[in-house]
Amino acid sequence: MKDFGFGIKKSGVIDLDKADMSLMREIAAEEPSFLHCFYCGTCTATCSAGKYTGFNLRRLQLLIKRGQLDEVSERISECMLCGKCQWVCPKGVNTRHVVMLVNKKLHARKIR
Amino acid sequence: MHERFANAYDPFVIPYMIGYVFVLAYLVVALVTVVKNLPMSDRKKMLRHLFSFKLFVTIKDIFADCLLHVKIWKKNKMLGYMHSSIAFGWFMLILVGHIEIFFFAPHRVNLPWYPIFFRYFMMETETSVGGSVFFFLMDFFLLMVLSGIALAMIKRIRRRLFGMKRTTRLKWNDQLAMYSLWCIFPLRFLAESFTSHISGGGFLTRSFGMLFDWFNQFMNNDALIRPMWWAYSIALMVFFLTLPWSRFTHILSEVLLIYMRNAGIRESSKNNGYAGVEIFSCSRCGLCLDPCQMVSSASLRQMASVEFTRNVRLRQNKQAMEAASYCLMCDRCVQACPVGVNSVQLKLNLKAADVKYTYPNRYDYVEAEANPMDTGSAWADILHRTPEAAAPTKKVVRTPEVVYFAGCMSHLTPKIEQAMVRIFEAAGVDFTFLDKDGGICCGRPLMLAGDRTGSEQLVAKNTEAILATGAKVMVCSCPICYKIFKDTYKLEGVQVLHHTEYILQLMEAGKITVRKSSQKGVYHDPCELGRHSGIYRQPRDILYRVLNLQQTPYEGKDALCCGHSMAGEGMPYKKRRMIARDALRKMTENPVDVLVTACPSCKRSFAEIGTEEIRDIAEIVCDQLVTR
Repeated sequence: MKDFGFGIKKSGVIDLDKADMSLMREIAAEEPSFLHCFYCGTCTATCSAGKYTGFNLRRLQLLIKRGQLDEVSERISECMLCGKCQWVCPKGVNTRHVVMLVNKKLHARKIR
Repeated sequence: MHERFANAYDPFVIPYMIGYVFVLAYLVVALVTVVKNLPMSDRKKMLRHLFSFKLFVTIKDIFADCLLHVKIWKKNKMLGYMHSSIAFGWFMLILVGHIEIFFFAPHRVNLPWYPIFFRYFMMETETSVGGSVFFFLMDFFLLMVLSGIALAMIKRIRRRLFGMKRTTRLKWNDQLAMYSLWCIFPLRFLAESFTSHISGGGFLTRSFGMLFDWFNQFMNNDALIRPMWWAYSIALMVFFLTLPWSRFTHILSEVLLIYMRNAGIRESSKNNGYAGVEIFSCSRCGLCLDPCQMVSSASLRQMASVEFTRNVRLRQNKQAMEAASYCLMCDRCVQACPVGVNSVQLKLNLKAADVKYTYPNRYDYVEAEANPMDTGSAWADILHRTPEAAAPTKKVVRTPEVVYFAGCMSHLTPKIEQAMVRIFEAAGVDFTFLDKDGGICCGRPLMLAGDRTGSEQLVAKNTEAILATGAKVMVCSCPICYKIFKDTYKLEGVQVLHHTEYILQLMEAGKITVRKSSQKGVYHDPCELGRHSGIYRQPRDILYRVLNLQQTPYEGKDALCCGHSMAGEGMPYKKRRMIARDALRKMTENPVDVLVTACPSCKRSFAEIGTEEIRDIAEIVCDQLVTR
């Protein structure tokens, strides 16, 4: 069938009972401040990488907590770890550590 | 009585010999392992060093550091005497003991136990000149070692006498080794004293021996002589057998470390070879505990370098990783280390080994926009400020004198950038503001987090952009960037300067003039600029011209860390603030009008805590500019 660019929209419902929360738990165990994020988006506003790409730390943190890891694994490498987000975070989230941990944990899953 | 002189053997030498053979075997195995882990170029360096004149320097260094402990003397006289009396005294006992054999029993020189138990096997007279001199020397050095051991015992209780607020807590293996070491010399003293009425003795052993003789007349036997020699031998054995698993491994490995360092071998990127020798050279003296601000301000004692090296040595990877991810890499412990263990590099190596992911072309998204040759980009805007360049061409028309790289951190403190731009304009310098609208990171934060490939990719991107500007001088405002630009980047034909260096150059060339204000200020040395890059003089030279500069006890190499370095990603924000608050309080103990620093990160860190005025050196200079 010819693809006209239209289709049935996928359901946006997230079933938190079935979602993969393991990454969130692993990160929260090593970096408890990960759970302090209240999604104000200050990190994203100041982000050096966000100037050039759609890298959005606020969104990634939310996605991890929803267990939607596809976009996370696609985007997380774009971070330059410059640390501006950590400086401006009003909740004192160790964002650099969170990014490092996401990178490490996702890599460990791929090779497993 | 006579058979011991004739046989030159007694069963009590067996424990000593077990320990002796064990240590020799350990030494050979350790040396082979170290050399095996070295790259070929380093092995050649080691071999070449053996036949060069620099070997004499190495011998001098080994003498000064391993025996006399000169570096510890400089810290504290008591501590210095304690270390050098044990090390140097023991060495002299061994040396003089061997010379003694050459004089009195040259045919026994091949028996390894003979010099150790000499007084038992040899009768000598103090009436001859040679005899009396040796008796005196041996007793003198024995007294020296005994005094050192007495001080070592006192130090475990009253360490403040030795200038230390904190010292290491010892685990059982260290305790066993340390107590056996403490036992060796008192036992030797007792054994020699008890034998002195037969073999003779010096001012110490003979006089104590006489006291014993007086007791002996009631007991009328020499029953205690051989048990004492047995105890002495067993203490030696226990010490030798525990040596490889205790802090005292440094006695052997420090010699190798100094040799390798003088041969020109440096820390590799892995924790084996030279770095492995460093780990074993840590004597757990605890001199790095007091300088560490994690310990003094944030009560994170388990994160100190001395605990870190121990965890690496015991392969307790989890604890070691945690300490590495907490460490702010301010380098204060490295400065304090009397052995010269670069624990910061060891931590970086460990972190890098833990980063196993690599992404190909990770930062290619920067390419299209960050290339200053392109028009319409954030970076290109800056290059095209001149009217002729504003035309949408793909060429950079003018070549600026100076390229200014503010760095990510300076973007969070825009006053620094504005001040620098004003200074450039006042000096009439043709400059390009490379990352005016947000450039990319310099790569140092990634490097400090252990992601070496990611860092290299950023370095490549930035190098391209900087070289494309054609400028001959590069000025950066952030010491974190400065450090990596200077050390890692290969910017041929471009002179990399921190803004403190550059402003001083402008002042000395007369391009800018400043007036002196009456403000009282102190200067805070940022870690990356001071200890890491060695820039101490320039900022002070500038400040003497613009304000009334006061001194603090935390100047130069003793400068404090602001708690917000780009390392230490694992450290909670609360702990960082504790360190910052303590550092600020210490530096402003005598009230001043302004605390000046030269790092945007330090500035932010102090500014968010106190009410004191915190300013960057560029801002101060900018305020005091005399415009013509």
